[in-house]
Amino acid sequence: MSAFITRLRNALGRETFGLLILLAVMVTAFSLASPKFLTAANFGSMGYQAPLLGLLTLAMLGPMISGGINLAIIFLANISGLTFAWVMLQFGGADAGLPAILLGALAAMAVGAAAGALEGAVIAFVGAHPILVSLAMMIFLRGLGEFLTKGGDISGFPDVVGALGHGAIFGFPLPLLLFLVVAFVWHVLFSRSRHGFATYMVGSNIRAAEYSGLPTKRTLITIYALSGLVCAIAGILMLARFNSVRVGHGEAMLLVTVLAIFLGGIDPFGGHGRVAPVILSILILQILSSGLNLIGANQHLATAVWGLFLIAVMILRSGRLAALIPFRKD
Amino acid sequence: MRKLMKNRQIETRIFIALAAICIFLSLATDTFLTSANLTSLLNNSSVNLIWAVGLLVVLIAGGIDISFAVATSVVQYIAAKILIGMGGGNWVLGFIVCGGVGIMLGLINAALIHGFRIISIVVTIATFNAFFGLLMFFTRGRSIYNLPDWWIERIPLYEHQAADGTWSQLMMPVAVMVVCVIATWFLIQRTNLGRQIYAFGDNPEGARRAGVNLALMQGLAFGWCGMMAGIAALMQVNIVQEVVPNALYGRELDVLAATVLGGARLGGGKGTVLGAVLGVMFVAVTQNGLNLLGISPFAFKMIIGAAILIAISTSNMNLGGLFATRKEGAK
Amino acid sequence: MTSGSDGFALRLKGITKIFGGVKALDAVDFEVRAGEVHCLAGENGCGKSTLIKVVTGVYTPESAEEISLFGEAVSTITPVKARAKGVSVIWQDLALFPNMSVAENIAFDTLVGARPRGVPFAKMKAAAAEVLARLGVTLDLDAPLETLPIAQRQVVAIARALLNDARLIFMDEPTASLTQSETDRLLEIVRKLSADGVAVVFVSHRLAEVLDISSRVTVLRDGKLVGVYPTEGMTQARLGELMTGHLLESNVSARDVSGPVVFEAKGLSVPGQFENIDLTIRAGEVVGLTGLIGAGRTELAHAMIGMTRAQGTMRLMGKPYIPGSLRDAIAQGLAYVSEDRLSLGLLQKQSIADNAAISVLPKLLDQFGLISPAKKQALILDWVKRLGIKIGAPENPIATLSGGNQQKVVLAKWLATEPKLLILDSPTVGVDVGARAGIFRIVRDLADQGLAILLISDEASEVLYNADRVLHMAEGRIRESFDPRQTTIQALEAAIYA
Repeated sequence: MSAFITRLRNALGRETFGLLILLAVMVTAFSLASPKFLTAANFGSMGYQAPLLGLLTLAMLGPMISGGINLAIIFLANISGLTFAWVMLQFGGADAGLPAILLGALAAMAVGAAAGALEGAVIAFVGAHPILVSLAMMIFLRGLGEFLTKGGDISGFPDVVGALGHGAIFGFPLPLLLFLVVAFVWHVLFSRSRHGFATYMVGSNIRAAEYSGLPTKRTLITIYALSGLVCAIAGILMLARFNSVRVGHGEAMLLVTVLAIFLGGIDPFGGHGRVAPVILSILILQILSSGLNLIGANQHLATAVWGLFLIAVMILRSGRLAALIPFRKD
Repeated sequence: MRKLMKNRQIETRIFIALAAICIFLSLATDTFLTSANLTSLLNNSSVNLIWAVGLLVVLIAGGIDISFAVATSVVQYIAAKILIGMGGGNWVLGFIVCGGVGIMLGLINAALIHGFRIISIVVTIATFNAFFGLLMFFTRGRSIYNLPDWWIERIPLYEHQAADGTWSQLMMPVAVMVVCVIATWFLIQRTNLGRQIYAFGDNPEGARRAGVNLALMQGLAFGWCGMMAGIAALMQVNIVQEVVPNALYGRELDVLAATVLGGARLGGGKGTVLGAVLGVMFVAVTQNGLNLLGISPFAFKMIIGAAILIAISTSNMNLGGLFATRKEGAK
Repeated sequence: MTSGSDGFALRLKGITKIFGGVKALDAVDFEVRAGEVHCLAGENGCGKSTLIKVVTGVYTPESAEEISLFGEAVSTITPVKARAKGVSVIWQDLALFPNMSVAENIAFDTLVGARPRGVPFAKMKAAAAEVLARLGVTLDLDAPLETLPIAQRQVVAIARALLNDARLIFMDEPTASLTQSETDRLLEIVRKLSADGVAVVFVSHRLAEVLDISSRVTVLRDGKLVGVYPTEGMTQARLGELMTGHLLESNVSARDVSGPVVFEAKGLSVPGQFENIDLTIRAGEVVGLTGLIGAGRTELAHAMIGMTRAQGTMRLMGKPYIPGSLRDAIAQGLAYVSEDRLSLGLLQKQSIADNAAISVLPKLLDQFGLISPAKKQALILDWVKRLGIKIGAPENPIATLSGGNQQKVVLAKWLATEPKLLILDSPTVGVDVGARAGIFRIVRDLADQGLAILLISDEASEVLYNADRVLHMAEGRIRESFDPRQTTIQALEAAIYA
C-alpha cells in the first residue's frame, strides 16, 4: 500500500497531495456556504470556463520547465484565432464547410507553432533571456493583431464552431474534453517522452545537458513551438466560446497562468515540476472563482483571492512560518 | 572614452540606434525636430521614465517587479481618498501620501521576498493580482473625477509659442521625472547603499558573507521602486486629471521590456540609469516617429515589438554566461 | 605588524561542533603562529571547512576550551569580531562581484553598512592601488572584475583581505583553477605575506603544493585531529596516508598492449591551441596525457569529440573519423568525462537515475517510443552494482552523493553508451584521496575489458601509476613519451615543470 502511494507520488509529483487536501477543504467550505455549489449546473459551467485558462497554463508550463517563460501566449492564441477566422471568412464565413473549418484550424495551429518556434530559436541561438524575447514577441503579436483587425472584432462563423465552445458529448462539456486530451498528452510528454526528459535537463543546466549529448537547441525550439501549438488550440476554443475574435481577448489570463503554475509547485528556475499538480491548481483557481461568485463576490475579488492564495501557499511551502512571529531571536 | 564604451556596450549600442532614428526622423519629417514635438515627447514619457528608474533598482538587486504599474493605480486611489478626506491637501502632502503609500506597497513585496525566501517574480505576480483585484473590488471599477484643484492643475515650466502659432510646453511632471532620474543615479552610483545593492544583485552569497544587510537591500530596492510608483501615481493624475482604476493595467511589461533593452540584466548586478532612460526613449521616439511619418497607429506596437526582437537577435549575447549568471543570481 | 605576546596568531583548544548529532569537529586543537604558512589538510568532510567557519564566526562551537586570537582570549567569535581582529577568509569561489570594478572589489568592505554615505571613489582607488603595490602587482583598477582571468581575481581577493588589515588569512583551495605559472606567482605572494608577518592558512588538495609552501601541516580526519607535522622531511605518500588513515597503493600498473588501434590522429592542429599532434590509442590501452594547465590537453580532447574543428586526420577503428558535433562523436563511439563535473559533468538539480540515463535515452524506450521506467531502473541498478556506487535511492538528487560517487555516476552514464574510446579529463578533481583509488581501479578494469582510454591529468603521479604510456604535452605539442615502468615520478615531474 505504501509502495503504491510512493509510486503515485512519484508519478504525480509531491505537490499533488497538499493541493488535493486544499481542494477538498475548499469544496467543503463552498458547499456549506452556498447550496448552489454542489450542483450539476455549477460544475457544468465550470467545465466550460476552466478549459481556456487550463490550456493557456499548459502552454506556459513547457517553457517554464525548460527554465524560461512564454509571455506571448495570449497573443499567440489571438493571432492563431485570427488565422482560423480569416480562413473561414475566405470560405464564406458562416457558410464555411467542414473542410474549410479543418483547414482553418490547421492553419491556426501552424501559425501558433511557427511563431512559438521563432521565439525558441531566438532564445536558443542568441541566448537572450526568455522573458525579454517572449515579451518582445508579445508586443509584436499584439501590434500585428491590432494592425490586422484595426482593433475591432471579427465574427460570423459557422454554427459548428460554436458547438465546440458550448456543446457536450453525453453531457460532458466539449471544451473540458479537449482540455483533458491535451493535458493527458502533456502529462505523457513530460513524464515519459525523450523530449520531455530533455526539457527538464535543459531547464536545470543547459550546458551540462549539451555536454551530455542532448540536442539542447532543438529541445528549446520544440518546446516553444509546442507552447505555440497549444496556444493555437486555446485560440480556437476562445473563438468558439466568444463566437468572435478580438486581439486582447483573455489578456487578463496571462499572469494568472504563471500564478497557477507556481501554485502547482513548479520550480521557477526550471528543471522541476509536473503536469498533475498544475491541473489541480487550475481546478482550485476555478473553484475559488466560481465559489466566490456563488456567494455574491465578483471576479475581481476572485483575482485578489488568487493572488493572496498564492502568497499563502508559498509561505506554507517556504517552511519559514517562524518569520511570521515578530521579535524572535535569530 | 573608449574604455567607457567598452564597459557600457549595451548603452552605447542603444544610444547609437536612438541617435540614428532621431537623425532619420529629423530628415524625413519636418515636425520631429520641433520644440513642440520634443517637449510633448518628454511630457508623455515622464511617467514611464519614473517607473523605469524605480524598476531599474529592483533589477540591479537581482529581482523583478511585475506589480509596480498596478501599485501606481492603488496609490492613486488611496491617495485620492486620503487627500479628499483631508479637505484637499497640497503638493507637499501629495508627495508624502503618494510616496508613503508607494513605499509601503513596495515593502510588502520586500517582506514576502526576504521573510519567506520566495523569489520576486512569484511574489510580485501574486501581489499584482491581489492589488489589482482588491482595487477593482473596492472601487467597483469606478473612476474619480472630482480631484483637488492643485492636483489636476497643469503647471508649465517652460512655454514658447513658435512663429506659426504652435505652443510648446514642458510640464511639471518632466521636472519631477528629472529629479527622480538624478536621485536614482545618485543612489545607485554615489552612495554606499547603492553600491551594496549592485553587489547584492551581482553575487548575493558574496554580499551576505561581506556582511551586507540583505533585508535592508531588498527593502531599499523594492521600497525605492514603490516610491517611484507612488510619485508616478501623483504625476499620472496630474497629466490625465482623473483616477481610472484599470488605466495602467498592462503597462508594466512595456516598461520592463524598455528597461531591459537599456542594458539592465534580469538576474541582477548590471544596469545603469542612462541605459534605462535610453531604453524608454528608444521606444518613445520610435512610436513618435511612426506617428509623424503617418503610419497607422495600429502598426506602432507591431513595429516596436519587431524592433525589440531585432535588437535582441543582433546583440549576440553570450549563451553560457547568461544562463550561468541567471542561475547563480537566483539562489 | 604586532602579534600577541605569545607569538600565536590563533590558538584553538578542544573545539567541538555538532551537526544533527554528528561531531563535525571532535575536541580539535589548532594553532597558527604569527607570520607562518600553515596547511590544513584532510579529505572532504574531515572538518576543514567547519573549522574555518568556527574561526571566522560563521558557526558557534558547542564547546571550546580556548579560543585566542593574537594572544588575546575571546569568548565567542562573530563574523564582525573576526574581521575586526584581522581574520580573513578567501573562499574557493572568491565571493567577489564580477560586474564591479577591481578597485571597488578590493575596497568593498569599506562600503558595507546600513548608514547612508557617499562613496569616496578616489580614496578607494588610492587604497586599492597601495595594497596592490604592496603585493607587487599592477591591475587596471577600473576594469570590471569579470574581464580578469581567474588568477588575477585571486589576487584581487587577497588584496581585499589585506585592505581589511588581515593578519591571518585562510585560503580555501586557492590554486584549484590556476595554471602552474599562475600558481607559482600566487605562492610567491603568499611567501611575501608571510615575510610581512601575515599568517596564512592554506587549504589545498594538491599535496605537492602543500609541502612546498607551508612550514607545518595540521591533518584532520573524520572531525578529529590526527596531528601537526613539520613539512620538512614529509613526503606526499606519508601525508596521503595520514589523511586517509590507510596506506595508499601506488604501483605502476602499466603493461604492454597489443590490441588493435582504436583511435589514430595524424598532424592534428587547431591554430592557437595545439599543433601537429600524432596520437594512437589501442584497445585495452590507457594512454596518460599530462602537462601544465594551458598546454592544450583539454583543447585536444575537445577537438577529438567534435566540439572544435581541427585540421589533420583522425581515424576511428580504421575508418576516417570527422566528428561534426559532440552528439556526432558520441554516436560514433566516443565518450568524454569533463573536468568540470560540478557544472558540466552532472545536472546537480536532477536525480541520480536521470543523470545516468541522460546519455542513453534511445536504449530505454518501450514499444510506444516512451521512456520505460523499468528499463531506466534496471540500467541504474546495473551500473550501481558494476561500479560499486554507493547511493540511497536512484530518485535522490545527485547532489546527495560524495564527489567520488558522483564521478562514478558520470562514468556509468558514459559507459552505458558502450563507447570505443573513453576520454577522462582530470577525473579526480574534487574526489577524496581515498576514493581516487576506487576510480582508477575501475579505469584499469575497463581497459582489461578492451576499452581504449585517454587519461588526462595534471598530476604526474596519477598518469604515472595508472597509464600504460604517458605523453607529456607542453605549449600545444606532445614533447615526449614515457614508459611508466622505466621512469620515475621525479623524472616525469622534472620534465613537466622544466
